[in-house]
Amino acid sequence: MVSITITIGLKDGVLDPEGRAIESSLNNLGYHEASEIKTGRLIRFTMDETDHARAHQKVSKMCETLLVNTVIEHYDITIADLIEE
Amino acid sequence: MARIAVISFPGSNCDRDIITAISDITGTAPDQFWHKESTMPRQDLVILPGGFSFGDYLRCGAIAARSPIMDEVLEHAWRGGYVLGICNGFQILTEADLLPGTLMRNRGLRFVCRDVLLNTHNTNHAVLSGLSEGQKLRIPVAHNEGNYYADPATLKKLTDKGQIAFTYSGADQDPDYNPNGAIDDIAGIVSENGRVLGLMPHPERKADPIHGGLDGRLLLQSVIEAAS
Repeated sequence: MVSITITIGLKDGVLDPEGRAIESSLNNLGYHEASEIKTGRLIRFTMDETDHARAHQKVSKMCETLLVNTVIEHYDITIADLIEE
Repeated sequence: MARIAVISFPGSNCDRDIITAISDITGTAPDQFWHKESTMPRQDLVILPGGFSFGDYLRCGAIAARSPIMDEVLEHAWRGGYVLGICNGFQILTEADLLPGTLMRNRGLRFVCRDVLLNTHNTNHAVLSGLSEGQKLRIPVAHNEGNYYADPATLKKLTDKGQIAFTYSGADQDPDYNPNGAIDDIAGIVSENGRVLGLMPHPERKADPIHGGLDGRLLLQSVIEAAS
């Protein structure tokens, strides 16, 4: 078993109004050092697979078919071995 | 007479409105199909109505675009059939790759529900031929994700090929004439073959005298006429 984490974010140059609103709120609270805030989405699941390369290939396919809108989003896949308890 | 189908997804809430509007125009109620159905008899026009399919989870229209009935809708569109996507229906069409670009969260981060003024373009397309070039239509929008976005290459292609159908018009001096921040004020586009039309405004909400206007009815008549 492997644990899959997909991080999805907006591509550079795509306006992120949510990030902008969070940034202005943080700035209002005095956190002026916070800038260029971007929001995103995290999807986690487990997969019955041992080979990381094969898992990566399958997850990429899932991203391209459903999980990610590649017009505006980019994604990053992390695969880790799941330690059986 | 055109054979018309309306598809309902879990969360579609403008399906009855569009059915009423179509029935008023044609005198015949369109056929209704549930998202789980995997067969659909041949249609002239398929309509994807507004609402919130699948709670708008993941991305608006993303899950609906992969539901069983969509294989039939894709077949229909690839055969050159007419498709109309309104609001969430437009989002579904972009997610299904029947129309380019995507609909992002409104620039103002608020759900916008009000009348907007539209400018009509490229009336050489059959679906728009019942309207005149530059015709202004006042039709309501009601959405949280209507901010149309496409990369510069796609936008250029849309312009060059005359695929922009409607833009938000500032003709009445409203500084907020663009309700969502859509790039190039785009409110609706057509596919390259001109047969798939997607738009954020709701024509079915200006289709009866009690709605306070009939501009939406004009638009629907134009689409039905093309498909007939």
